[in-house]
Amino acid sequence: MAYNTDVRKIYSDQLEELKGLGIFKEERAICTPQDSEIEVESPIGAEKKRVINMCANNYLGLSSHPEVVKAAHEGLDVRGYGMSSVRFICGTQDIHKELEKKLTEFLGTEDTILFPSCMDANAGVFEAILTEQDVMIADRLVHASIIDGMRLCKAQNDSYKHSDMAHLEEKLQLHQSATGGKRMRVIITDGAFSMDGDLAKMDKIVELAEKYNAMVFVDDSHASGYIGKTGRGSHEHFGVVGKIDIITTTLGKALGGASGGCVSGRKEIVEMCRQKARPYLFSNTVAPVIVEGALRVLEIISKSTARRDKLEENTKFWRKGLTEAGFIIKEGETAIVPVMLFNAKLSQDIARDLYAEGIYAVGFFFPVVPKGQARIRTQLSAAHEMHHLEKALAAFIKVGKKYDILGKTKQEIIDKYGM
Amino acid sequence: MASLKDTILEYVKNEYLEEGSDEEITYDTALISGGIVDSFSMISLKVFLETKFNIDIPDAKASPEAFDSVNNIVKLLKEFSVEDGSASGGNAK
Repeated sequence: MAYNTDVRKIYSDQLEELKGLGIFKEERAICTPQDSEIEVESPIGAEKKRVINMCANNYLGLSSHPEVVKAAHEGLDVRGYGMSSVRFICGTQDIHKELEKKLTEFLGTEDTILFPSCMDANAGVFEAILTEQDVMIADRLVHASIIDGMRLCKAQNDSYKHSDMAHLEEKLQLHQSATGGKRMRVIITDGAFSMDGDLAKMDKIVELAEKYNAMVFVDDSHASGYIGKTGRGSHEHFGVVGKIDIITTTLGKALGGASGGCVSGRKEIVEMCRQKARPYLFSNTVAPVIVEGALRVLEIISKSTARRDKLEENTKFWRKGLTEAGFIIKEGETAIVPVMLFNAKLSQDIARDLYAEGIYAVGFFFPVVPKGQARIRTQLSAAHEMHHLEKALAAFIKVGKKYDILGKTKQEIIDKYGM
Repeated sequence: MASLKDTILEYVKNEYLEEGSDEEITYDTALISGGIVDSFSMISLKVFLETKFNIDIPDAKASPEAFDSVNNIVKLLKEFSVEDGSASGGNAK
C-alpha cells in the first residue's frame, strides 16, 4: 500500500487527537551534559535557559562525573567504538564478562547477563524462563516494560493491588488451589516505584514467597546504586540480599546514566536468558564505552557511600521542605518525590511556571498515572547542592502560593481545580 | 443468592478499589475507559469469571470493550449461557 494521502491522514488524525487530549509529548533540547544545572531550549529552538534540573534519574550525579567520562574515553581508546555484533557471535569482550562479574558481586546474586537496556531485560526475561505451565503475579504499578515482557510470555498472568500484601497472599492462594497444576509462581514487583517513589515491601514479599513456594522478581532500576546502606538496592534495604531470584536493573539511572541493563540472579535463570532471551540474542552488545564507564561507576560507589549518603540528606531536606510548605507529597524513602496536584491542567500550569522560575520539573497525568492523580514528579540527585534545593523550594512555594494550594487538602484542591 | 450483576460488581469493587476508596461503581460505570481497571489488570477479572462460571473466554472475546462495565460483562457471559443462578460458587475450573 502506498503511503498516500489517505494513509497520511490516518496518522495525522491520530496525532491531532493526542494534541486535543493534551497528551501529546514534546521534547525539549538540553544543550549541556546532564547535571543538576542544565541549559534547555523549551520548546526546541527557543532561547536557551539555565535551569535547575529536578527531573533526571541521575540519582548519584555520576552521569557527567569526570572519572566516569575518563573511563569511557579509555574504553573507547582501548576497546573501540562498537562491536558490530551480538554477544554470542563476536560481541563479547573481556570487559563485558568483567562487568557482569562486578554487577553480580554488587547485587549479591549468583550471576548476571547484560542487556542493551533494562527495557530489553524485562521484555526478554519472562519468555525465556517461563511457559504456559507457570503463573506471574505482578504489582499493579510495575513499570510498562515488565507488562510488555509479561505479554510476550505464555505464562498466565495476574496482578495484585499496589503493595497490598493481603491481596498478594490471596492471589498466591488462588494460584495454588485453583490452578494446582501450575509448575511455578513468580511474584513480580518494582523495587522502587517510579511514579510514586515508594519501596516494595521486599521483606514481606520474600516471606510470602517462602510460605507459598514462589519465586521473586524485582526491577530495581530506580533503587540500584543508592537504596540500602551501601546502595545495593531495595533487597539490601529490607535485609533480603541473596533471597531474590531475579533482579533486573539499569545502568541508565544511578549507575552512570548512559544505557544498558541486566538480569541478575540464580545462575540457571541467567544461563536460560543467555540461551533464549530474544533482546539479548538479537541485538547488539553493549558498547565498550558504556561498559568501561559502568565499571568505574561500580568502583566509585563500592569504595565510598558518600554519594548515596549525600542523596539521602538531599532527599530528607526536600521532603521536609515541601511538606512544611504545605504541599501534599507521596510519602516514601526514595529520591523520587511526587508533588500531588490531582488535576492534569494544574500540573501542566505549575510545571510551566516553575520553568519560568528556572526550575525544570515535569507534570504527569493520566494515562501515565491514574485519573485524578496528576502530579509533578521531582527527583533528587547527589549532584544537587543545598543552594540548588533552596532555590527550587523557594520557586515551588512562590508558584504554590500563586495557585493557592499550600496547606490545602486533597479535597480542597479538587474542589478548586477539579479532578 | 446474589444476582449475577451483583456478584460481578462485588468482585470488581474488592479487586480494584483501594482500601477506603470513596469511588462509586455502578452497573454502568466505565471500568477500563474510565481508568478504574487498566487493560493489564483486566486479566484477573477474566480469571475470576472463568473460574467462577467454569467457562473459557477466548482472548478475542476478552476485549476492553466487553469488560468495560458490569452490564457489558453480563452481556458477554450470556454468550456463554451464564445467567442468574449459574454461579458454580467455587473454583470448579
